[in-house]
Parts: sequence; C-alpha cells; structure tokens
Amino acid sequence: MSRIDAQAKLEAERDAALAALTAVVPYNRFLGVRFDRLGDELTARLPFAEPLIGNPILPALHGGATGAFLEITALMQLAWDRAWVIMEEGGEAAAKVLSGKFPPMPKTIDITIDYLRSGRPRETFARAELRKSGRRVVNLHVSAWQDARDRPIAMLRGNFLVPDGG
Amino acid sequence: MSEPRNDLTAMTTKAPEDPGPGELMSALPHSREIGMRLHKSADGDTLMSVPYDEKLIGDPVSGVVHGGVITALLDTACGSAVMSIRQKLVSVATLDLRIDYMRPATVGETIYAQAECYRMTRSIAFTRAVAYHDTPSDPIASAAGAFIIERPKDQETTA
Repeated sequence: MSRIDAQAKLEAERDAALAALTAVVPYNRFLGVRFDRLGDELTARLPFAEPLIGNPILPALHGGATGAFLEITALMQLAWDRAWVIMEEGGEAAAKVLSGKFPPMPKTIDITIDYLRSGRPRETFARAELRKSGRRVVNLHVSAWQDARDRPIAMLRGNFLVPDGG
Repeated sequence: MSEPRNDLTAMTTKAPEDPGPGELMSALPHSREIGMRLHKSADGDTLMSVPYDEKLIGDPVSGVVHGGVITALLDTACGSAVMSIRQKLVSVATLDLRIDYMRPATVGETIYAQAECYRMTRSIAFTRAVAYHDTPSDPIASAAGAFIIERPKDQETTA
C-alpha cells in the first residue's frame, strides 16, 4: 500500500470511529447530533427538527435542547480526545477503539449555560475548547452558533470528571 | 396578587405527596418528545418528571440517562415555575442555568424535578430546582437559573 493509500485508510478509520462513538450514545441519535472532523478538531452539528422547538409561537429552539447539545459537544470532545490518543498510540488498545469499544464516558460535575440569543429554527453548530486538563478534572468551554460564529446563541462552561486521568 | 417567596433558606426537602402520573407536556414540542410530564405548577412552585426511556441514554454501558435530559428537565421546570407566578408575563427566556450533578440517575427510574421561583424583580426571575427519584433530599442534580421576563407594557412601571 502506498503512503497516500495508507493515509486515506487511516482517515477512513478515524471517521468510522467518530461515527461509531456518536452512534453508541442513544441520546445523540435522539437529538440528531452529528460531528464533522478536521484532523482532531470536532464541530458538532444539530440539524433543525420540529421536536427541538420549545416555543412554537416564536418559534425558538428549546433552551433544554440547546443546553443538551452543548453538553453533548463537551462530553463527545472529551471522549474523542481520549479515543484519539489511544488510536495514535496504536497496538491492541487502538484496535479496540477502532472496533467500537470505547473507554468509559467522562462524567459531568457541573455546568453553567449562558443563553445569549434566541435559537432560531435552523441548524446549530458547536465547538468545545479545553481550558484546563487536570489529572481527574477537565474544564471546557463550549460555544454554539447558527449563522455567524461571532454571534453565539449559547455558551457552556463546565467541569468534567475523566475516568483514569485525562 | 401573589408574590414569589423571598426567603433564601434552602428549598423544602420534604418529598411531595404522591405526585400522580401528571400530564404529558404536549404544547412544547421538545418537552413532549422527551416525555416530560407536568404534575403541578402554581404560585412559583413546579413539579415535573421524565420517565425512563432507552432513547434518552447517555452512557450505553451503564444505561444511565444523558445529563442533557436533566438539563432540559431542570430548564423547563424552572421556566414553568416563573410562568406559574400569578403575574401577567409576556415572555420568559432563560438567561443562565447552572447545574451541579451529584450522582448518576438510577437506570429505569423516573426523574422528578422540583423547581421554585424564589425572587422576582422587574425584569429578572430567580429560580432554583432539584432533580431526584424519591426525595429531593437525595438529589441527582441541583440547578440555579435566572430568567429574563417581559411584562405587559402597561404593567412595567407598577410591577
């Protein structure tokens, strides 16, 4: 296999692992959350669907749906970061991840969500940013936007417990 | 006109009397989709619940419900508590919501959320809530939320 073919195979394996990690959580499927990947960077996508509506008169996304989307983005980023490190190391552990057996999910300790703008009935995006990675606890900030990234509709700050160190 | 309670003491930790089956929240699409039920909402006090459902699982290994479900439940319960104050409000929107997760929810059990609106100013309502299975004194999560409220134009100065 040429080096180019090998790289294509690796990228396909990474995409498959991300799709499997997304699908393994029923609540991700329930909300319809998907992830785009550029290298190790993830962008979460929440395509608009009628069941996400909170206020049918405006109409606006349910604050709970937006909050849940931010939390999913945070947890998935942490789970993906761990899976990524394991995949990069290779060997038996990497084979396990590639076959869909992922390390334990991180646990939410606390989150604060700021609602900045009303969520319109259209697709929403989110990206998480690691602010501090401790031995047991990591701090993440997540921002969600719709049309313009510099006009976020909601932001989340949170502390998460990572099993067996981050 | 009834006023929200202004005491800052911890909210009641007494389990509510039998909450009954409640009513499916059919008016709010997302709440309906999750299966949220409304048991009570009056004078700034709200009791809601979400029955266990496999589609809401966050940890596929343990089967525990996703934190996002609890976020949605607590947000809705706090918002309903604000709406239930006997004052005319045009709209209620979440400004911020802080949630502390004390323990994972038990697989297979209904999650209740008890919320109260404990203080209201001209434009902001302050709420707190707790999510639990059997009693609020054994919480799964607790929340503090601030809501921005819009009053009818003619009441803005008097309220």
